[in-house]
Amino acid sequence: MKKKWLLLSAIFTIATVLAGCENPLMVLDPKGPNAKTLSDTIIMSIIVMCGILFVVYVLYAYMLIKYRASRMGEDYEPPHEHGSTKLEIIWTVIPIIIVVFLSVITVQSTSKVESKPVGYENEEPLVIYAASSNWKWHFSYPEEGIETVNYVNLPVDRPVEFRLYSYGPITSFWIPQLAGQKYAMSAHVTKIHMAADVPGSYMGRNSNFNGQGYAQMEFEAQAMTQADYDEWVNDVKTTAPKLTDADYDKLLETDFVGRKSYSSTHLEFNPPPEGQHHGTPNEGTPNTEEDGDKTAPSSEPHTHPNHTE
Amino acid sequence: MESHEQQFLILNEPMIVGAMISIVVGALSLFIGITYFKKWGYLWREWITTVDHKKIGVMYILVALVMLFRGGVDALLMRGQTAMPENGLLDAQHYNEIFTTHGVIMILFMAMPFIIGLMNVVTPLQIGARDVAFPRLNSVSFWLFAVGTGLFNISFIIGGSPDAGWSAYFPLASLEFSPTVGNNYYAISLQIAGLGTLATGINFLVTILKMRAPGMTLMKMPMFTWSILITNVIIVFAFPVLTVALALMTMDRQFGTKFFAMQDGGMDMLWANLFWVWGHPEVYIVILPAFGIYSEIISTFARKNLYGYKSMVISMVAISLLSFVVWAHHFYTMGHGVMVNSVFSITTMLIAVPTGVKIFNWLLTLHKGKISFTTPMLYSLAFIPIFTIGGVTGVMLAMASADYQYHNTMFLVAHFHYVLIPGTVFAVIAGFHFWFPKVFGFRLNEKLGKLAFWFITISFNVAFFPLFILGLNGMTRRMYTYSESTGYGPLNMLSFLGAVGLGIGFIILVYNLYWSIRYSPRDETGDPWDARSLEWATHGPVPFYNFARIPQVNDLDAFWYAKKHNKPLWSGPIEKIHMPNNSGMPFLMSGAFFGAGFCLVFSWWIPTIIFTILIFVFMALRSFEQDHGYYVSVEEVERIERELGGEK
Repeated sequence: MKKKWLLLSAIFTIATVLAGCENPLMVLDPKGPNAKTLSDTIIMSIIVMCGILFVVYVLYAYMLIKYRASRMGEDYEPPHEHGSTKLEIIWTVIPIIIVVFLSVITVQSTSKVESKPVGYENEEPLVIYAASSNWKWHFSYPEEGIETVNYVNLPVDRPVEFRLYSYGPITSFWIPQLAGQKYAMSAHVTKIHMAADVPGSYMGRNSNFNGQGYAQMEFEAQAMTQADYDEWVNDVKTTAPKLTDADYDKLLETDFVGRKSYSSTHLEFNPPPEGQHHGTPNEGTPNTEEDGDKTAPSSEPHTHPNHTE
Repeated sequence: MESHEQQFLILNEPMIVGAMISIVVGALSLFIGITYFKKWGYLWREWITTVDHKKIGVMYILVALVMLFRGGVDALLMRGQTAMPENGLLDAQHYNEIFTTHGVIMILFMAMPFIIGLMNVVTPLQIGARDVAFPRLNSVSFWLFAVGTGLFNISFIIGGSPDAGWSAYFPLASLEFSPTVGNNYYAISLQIAGLGTLATGINFLVTILKMRAPGMTLMKMPMFTWSILITNVIIVFAFPVLTVALALMTMDRQFGTKFFAMQDGGMDMLWANLFWVWGHPEVYIVILPAFGIYSEIISTFARKNLYGYKSMVISMVAISLLSFVVWAHHFYTMGHGVMVNSVFSITTMLIAVPTGVKIFNWLLTLHKGKISFTTPMLYSLAFIPIFTIGGVTGVMLAMASADYQYHNTMFLVAHFHYVLIPGTVFAVIAGFHFWFPKVFGFRLNEKLGKLAFWFITISFNVAFFPLFILGLNGMTRRMYTYSESTGYGPLNMLSFLGAVGLGIGFIILVYNLYWSIRYSPRDETGDPWDARSLEWATHGPVPFYNFARIPQVNDLDAFWYAKKHNKPLWSGPIEKIHMPNNSGMPFLMSGAFFGAGFCLVFSWWIPTIIFTILIFVFMALRSFEQDHGYYVSVEEVERIERELGGEK
């Protein structure tokens, strides 16, 4: 038994050292209020769990050391023990208290990260649509009238609201250092709230498996000062080409593209699945005259889906 | 459908061709061997047509071991591919197929049959019965499961394996995004195996409720039997959901319906819900029997009765109820709002309460005990601290907000391996060592057993603990490669080394099987562990009728008290024994299922219809068959008992 503990603690040490000597773990290194809320929740739960592990491990070690057959003597015959109501109540009630405590934390933190970040309640969020298609991310800025592919820039100190949907398989939009992830689906739009406190380049990716090109489905999220951001927007507006319906269709069909910038968005001619269907995906008959167009993202032709020879 | 861009035989992948050749060579040498030693008749009479619960159990476990090998090779390939950044061992397509088959095989074709195998061997013995309630149906269950397994496994050489993950989420698994036959195989092979499992569920429910020895009230049942009873209740409620979901999947993929489509009123999220309404109870289907196994082993080797028997039963019932109201925690990130997520968070965390009760009861069973560290006991003891890590990380994942950061990451992968391996895998290995002498009459070697145990336990932690850290560092699951700049390399390499260690551990385990069959001393008592419940009261190996006389039960741990107080479990003379007849029909009917399933995968309608008609012909034949079983005479029973070393 001793051997096992030595080895286990060795593993733990190696793991911690390995983790410690590089940058801190991404999820525990938040750069915005919503990611901070999650990081705090996680650290708090790890502490509680270590407490529980400690109690179980102490009891466990005690039983194994004290009551091994080799120490108990030849004639020792263990007693018949039925159980103990008192103990049963203790180890039912204490876990229930822990669950209640964690439930409160969960409900609080969930509602916190599902709304505008703390400290930004009164500010108008920057809305960015993020749509996935095999195996790219399209970012549309309706406010600025620009669109990018596979990279997204955002100003620091301003709330950002991502509106997510997908052309095809379910994907999950995730920038670990800014906020938790959420699914992007074809039938309706989901939302993520976030804000960045510190300028910097952050890893973003699709975390939900969606076929062959999944591993490469990453993007860069760059948080920049308002001045830098404005300059970038201006730059895109003046230098980047316009995105036409035909360009966009071609883009959707291409499996992999690098970074792209456009001085108009696809939202006008290929609108996201929100509005009438928002929150109630595909209810009733979606193909009536007035909203036939709105199901467009899902009815895009995919002549060459993810299977290649 | 014409649009399948498929190859019939997969010939462009050297690894698959290699596997194909070795399978053909293996099958051929098996065939020649059986013919050379003239064993076909023996195989047919003693195994293929058998309705004996013990033999069916052994066959289940045999298939499970083969599948453990297959799923293990998949795992090694995955860990090998990700051991280094930008590694080129597998390409994306191959990797996607392998993590899909690894998941499906380990859950449905390894854990399930191992559990069902042990359940088959042990349950009737533990309740003092001669067989299950419906022996013929039991054979049907096994063969349906076996052909389902076969069908799933040939996919990687004929037509291509499924590659949309073991959860096969729509729209990814739809014809549009997965145009090969892989997901047809998935739907149809799971369907056939699932029918077998559903029948098992009904069979064992009836067996336990109706066939217990006189005097064995529900609250005097051994804990393993209790766990099996509850497991089968879950099976009966959960598996129909899978049946329906898979049927809808087949309709969508092969008949053009749009249940899970993205347009025309279909809903991709419906699949995720149906899948996990079955999928979460499924987790408890493989974990509750494990709890039962540990209860038996811990109590036996602490030489003490199980602490808090009643609360153990209550907590299992509570877990089974809760298991049906937590499914949405598999997709908190689907955006169903604070309210829904909060409710599912709370129900999920509540499962920790009855599970904690069980952990403390096991610890208190050890208290004042006399613990001997046999191989099965070592696995059971290692289970407690490792599974607790799995449990507490489960509570962490249950917190919806935090899950937004764990979902789809290696943290999740680490968590469920920390639950399923010490939970289910350690349990079935422990049960395998524990009940092996009951079935075969000799024990597995302890020295080799312990060596394998240390390899497996240590390597397991080396393989999976790093994944917690990788997950917190933003590494998502199912990525076939990653760049060096992510810094994920070293911990993935460590994890790979652990996986290799696990592989070595399993090789030692199999070698132990070989060694013990050749050299292990034969045990004459039928009770090598000085154990407590009824299965140890009869001979080992167990005669086909199990008990010459049906025992009379007065206590929990009846056999223990019979030994202690020198009070016989039996009275009265031996009477003639009624036994069921063997039948080749389940095997042949399952063959028709295989034919129908295989043709359906490729949408060959005419042969599918012919084979389906054949299935109904077999069912009709069975309906008109007169089979009342047969009697074993008193003289015959007495003769067998004498040969086995005295009446029991």
